[in-house]
Amino acid sequence: MSADILSTSPLNDESGTEPMTNAGTLSDQEIANLRSQMLNFARLQLDDPHLAEDAVQEALAGALRNADSFTRSASLKTWVFAILKHKIADVLRSRYREPVREECKTCSQNDDEFFDDSGHWRAGVTPRRWGNTQELADKSDFWRVFDVCLEHLPAEQARVFMMREFIELESAEICASLELSTSNLHVLLYRARLKLRDCLSENWFGRG
Amino acid sequence: MLSCEQATRLLSERQERALSLSEKTSLTMHTAMCSGCRQFGRQVVSLRELVRSAPESKKQKKSEDK
Repeated sequence: MSADILSTSPLNDESGTEPMTNAGTLSDQEIANLRSQMLNFARLQLDDPHLAEDAVQEALAGALRNADSFTRSASLKTWVFAILKHKIADVLRSRYREPVREECKTCSQNDDEFFDDSGHWRAGVTPRRWGNTQELADKSDFWRVFDVCLEHLPAEQARVFMMREFIELESAEICASLELSTSNLHVLLYRARLKLRDCLSENWFGRG
Repeated sequence: MLSCEQATRLLSERQERALSLSEKTSLTMHTAMCSGCRQFGRQVVSLRELVRSAPESKKQKKSEDK
């Protein structure tokens, strides 16, 4: 499942490099590609394939109705993913009444990879300054590296991280929709952050 | 005195909940002396800012809200 993240995250948007296309003239092939990327993204966040399909269908239909206003297929893609993100957040929120039990598979792991027996940073993985992150968000190269790092996380960690940071759900909402305890959520987010920041240091910022 | 593992847990949890006064105090004491954990704390914040400002998604979200 984690492999899906790589190709489907809207963060992968190559808006800077795509040719100018009129969205009104998007080919069937382009729409099919977009649809399949959206579906992969929705399935990562929603464990019910039918719900994922519905969310994608609605988001796509809504966006294509206004397709004339998009001058580039890249902006259509961003737009369509933004709508999809809202639809997924709605579905997740509505789950207060029908929780899906989620086990925390990686909660009991220890973090030996990063800390020694006394709980101090191991040499070589101690965080070093990242430098300026100000204009990083505009660099598609950075998001490619980010996606690869996200893909390397255990699926449940990647999922809660994206629910929290990308879809911007509150902790309580995530706990309710996944039936996770608060402490398990904190552990999953902690592990996700530990690994993500380490992977980004290794592959983007440099170990210094 | 907190270990780095305990300190980084608190630095991560600070993104989800308000820390207690004693947690804040021990964290401040730890990060004053530990540059690794200080960087970790900054990077956790940067991660959030980066993901939330992923290209165009903010802009598009605003237009959808209209």
